[in-house]
Amino acid sequence: MNEKTPMDEVRLAELLRELPPAPEAWLQAAQERPAIARAADQVLELAEADAEFRRTLIADLEEALRAAGHEPDPRLVDTLRRRLPGG
Amino acid sequence: MDWASVSDGEVVRACRAGDDAAWRELVERFSRYVFAIARAHRLNEADSEDVFQETFARIYEHLGRLRDDDSVRPWIGQLTRRLCIDKLRAAARDPVPEDGSEEHGALDRRLETIDEAVSVREAMRSLSADCREILDRFFCRDQSYNTIGDLLDLPPGTIASRISRCLGKLRAAYEGRSGPASASGEA
Repeated sequence: MNEKTPMDEVRLAELLRELPPAPEAWLQAAQERPAIARAADQVLELAEADAEFRRTLIADLEEALRAAGHEPDPRLVDTLRRRLPGG
Repeated sequence: MDWASVSDGEVVRACRAGDDAAWRELVERFSRYVFAIARAHRLNEADSEDVFQETFARIYEHLGRLRDDDSVRPWIGQLTRRLCIDKLRAAARDPVPEDGSEEHGALDRRLETIDEAVSVREAMRSLSADCREILDRFFCRDQSYNTIGDLLDLPPGTIASRISRCLGKLRAAYEGRSGPASASGEA
């Protein structure tokens, strides 16, 4: 990487072509990460306070999410699996 | 907010403070980099998407561990490369290029080119929004003069000269910038 090296415009154009946009749906899913993390925090707080919910969550995560009013979004499920004990 | 003038380090600090708009900017800013690294490893589309999402999930979870906020780019690069290698090993579909092999050398050169391309994109942030858009549409999205003319309400005959002018400005901006941070700052 020679940032100070003079560069011709043909090379600049080649480098611009190296970075096409990622698919829009991927970008949007990644941008929603904070909302997923907040939903996971809510679920884990509930599990902390309610032993019965905690048991259901460990036994059947997706069903427990539905019961708690959350869509079992795969990203939420994945986040919870990683954060639950033994995950 | 116009994020173009905001440094990577400032975006990271705002993300850490819980600013959702900053997080969206961070994803937007590094999405092409992560996507390009996954493509360089020749992952299939499903695996590329997994790596893409997993990279941003880990960035979100571990942003607090970054020792130097301005080193976010090399950290993201390392993280993405590691996840690509893990994916190749797990799939056992394509052999992971061995250190010192010709294939490994080709991959390294490809990754160096991608890093250089990211530096060019960083320089692009100092250009006007109009220049950024026309260069992006023509070179990165591969749109024709006619498509760009229709979308930006410009006569197609003027597109080539605008691209040339903006490319000249980009060249000046790129040659005038200082180098990026090179060390990873993860704790």
